Amino acid sequence: MTMATSGELTSGISPPSTGGTSAPSGLRRIGSARWRRRNLTFDKISFFVVFLVIPVAFYIGFVVSPFVQAAYFSLTDWTGFTPAMNFVGLSNYGRLFTDSTFLQAMGNNILMAIVIPIVTLGLAMFFATLVTVGGSTRGNIRGLRNSSFYRVISFFPYVIPAIVIGLIWSQIYDPSAGLLNGILTRLGLDQFASFAWLGDPRTARWCVMFVIIWGLVGFYMVLFIAAIKGVPAEVFEAARIDGAGRFRTAVSITIPLIRENVQTAFIYIGILALDAFVYMAALEPGGGPDNTTLVMAQQLFTTAFTKGQFGYACAMGVVLAVITLAYAGLVFAVNRIFGGKSEVGE
Amino acid sequence: MTQISDVGGARTVPPSEQAPFEPAEVGERPGTTGDKAVTGFSHTILIIWSVLVILPLIWVLMSSFKTSSEIFASPFALPQRWSFDNYVNAWTTAGIGSFFLNSVIVVVGALILTMLFGSMSAYVLARFTFPGSRLLYYLMLAGLTFPIFLAIVPLFFVLRGIGLLNTLPGLILTYAAFAFPFTVFFLYAFFRSLSKSIAEAASVDGAGEWRTFFQIMLPMAKPGLATVAILNFVGLWNQFLLPIALNTNPDNYVLTQAMASFASQAGYSVDFGALFAAVVITVVPVLIIYLIFQRQLQGSVSAGTNK
Repeated sequence: MTMATSGELTSGISPPSTGGTSAPSGLRRIGSARWRRRNLTFDKISFFVVFLVIPVAFYIGFVVSPFVQAAYFSLTDWTGFTPAMNFVGLSNYGRLFTDSTFLQAMGNNILMAIVIPIVTLGLAMFFATLVTVGGSTRGNIRGLRNSSFYRVISFFPYVIPAIVIGLIWSQIYDPSAGLLNGILTRLGLDQFASFAWLGDPRTARWCVMFVIIWGLVGFYMVLFIAAIKGVPAEVFEAARIDGAGRFRTAVSITIPLIRENVQTAFIYIGILALDAFVYMAALEPGGGPDNTTLVMAQQLFTTAFTKGQFGYACAMGVVLAVITLAYAGLVFAVNRIFGGKSEVGE
Repeated sequence: MTQISDVGGARTVPPSEQAPFEPAEVGERPGTTGDKAVTGFSHTILIIWSVLVILPLIWVLMSSFKTSSEIFASPFALPQRWSFDNYVNAWTTAGIGSFFLNSVIVVVGALILTMLFGSMSAYVLARFTFPGSRLLYYLMLAGLTFPIFLAIVPLFFVLRGIGLLNTLPGLILTYAAFAFPFTVFFLYAFFRSLSKSIAEAASVDGAGEWRTFFQIMLPMAKPGLATVAILNFVGLWNQFLLPIALNTNPDNYVLTQAMASFASQAGYSVDFGALFAAVVITVVPVLIIYLIFQRQLQGSVSAGTNK
């Protein structure tokens, strides 16, 4: 991709540079251009104001300042509808860590942030490996034939809004009219005739996680395919000549070489799993059976916009942000720990 | 890909090393049957996954033509009559059409704003160093990693303060602001890769900063702009949290939020046929656009994260 881009760029560059026929006059003007650059002309000032000051002020107003305000509100007992706002210190946080519902939601989120990235990226990597090196081992390394078909199909869910994915699957899981129980009873498993997949505390969270994984695998598969294709073919051929099998190649050559992409993917998907609000809004708006699928984001949303406890809700937001940052830090740390080893593999 | 591997394969193996391995490469190895097994296995696995992806979508399509009683009778049976009643109901009763339009207005408006602001700021950050540019970098990074949920409560009051709560312009501004850091990050890397000498040449030729940007740098950045625009479009089109928190006026609903509210209404009146039809109406246009642009989109995805 970068190769292609730079290629297009150089071709795009050539017209202006070859078009500069007035080389002597250009040379003469270099000095004046530099001189002008040090001076603040109207062009320069208006340029900086419009290009940087306005967009950044806009960004600070709508994104940065709400983040900062949230941190402050979390220290108050504000209800939002009265101007009264008492500073209560850390008591909202104290309350949070004795709030069993919120702690349960946090536990659910943490479980999801462990299971969803590992399963999704594992599957995505597996499929990407099949697509890229599933072909013949004779001659050049090649991918599967017609693999673009699989790529296009697997990518479908990425363009479907998450809320719609959730709605589709809530119909599939429907106890009586859903596709899943229809298939299972057709196979003779009559005990599932009206089994409520989303209503049973034993199955609800796994069903919900499956939906999220279903929606994301294709995206990361495409990502990994692109990354693997970016690795020079020589590397794989050298590995094969040295006698490495497919599995060995995938584990000790491919994954270490695209480690940066895997790290990025882990962070993206982890942030998503710590949120998961959209999927839950469609699948389990009430938190699921015994709150087994309740996530922090849902709890925050109801606390703020249904109960009107804005200060308390902001404290939840801060905890969510801290957990997200801790997760990202953990991914970086793990990557660094395993980083040293793979250098040998190359 | 195949081209690259052709060239690479020929070049990398030095002749001296190549010799001992030649029999293994050229001669009939038992590997060929193994190869077939692996290829077959790969196809099988990938076909299973493809079916798993496609089957629910086909089922939704089929169910969208059935009446509610047919849906409850059997999940498999084909509809008795292929009628578009459900689609009419979804379009008129649920008003999917007007919500679709709202989505288009909000997403296109936000996209234009964020692309304009994002490309301008990214260009300045990429070309000039000035006091505070490091700080700006961290501000952008914070916007990328912090969950929107942290900001949602204050944002509600920010919008209420400027009188844009529950309006489409308010939503446009918010969407654009939250897409801004990603746009800047992506295009920053892109503008960095453009040679500085071109901007210098432009200023040598007497172009001001404004002209340099709009007539020279921006046209050169087209591939990068296209990529980030596609990624932003998909992200904003699917946005759900911002509208349900900041846009509670049912007339101004965007598509995603209308779908959610329609589904919860359908839970009571049990018009599942219309719900399925609404899902199809939502998904099909995007799927068609995707199938037309799938090469570009998949290229964008890899470019977006492999920089």
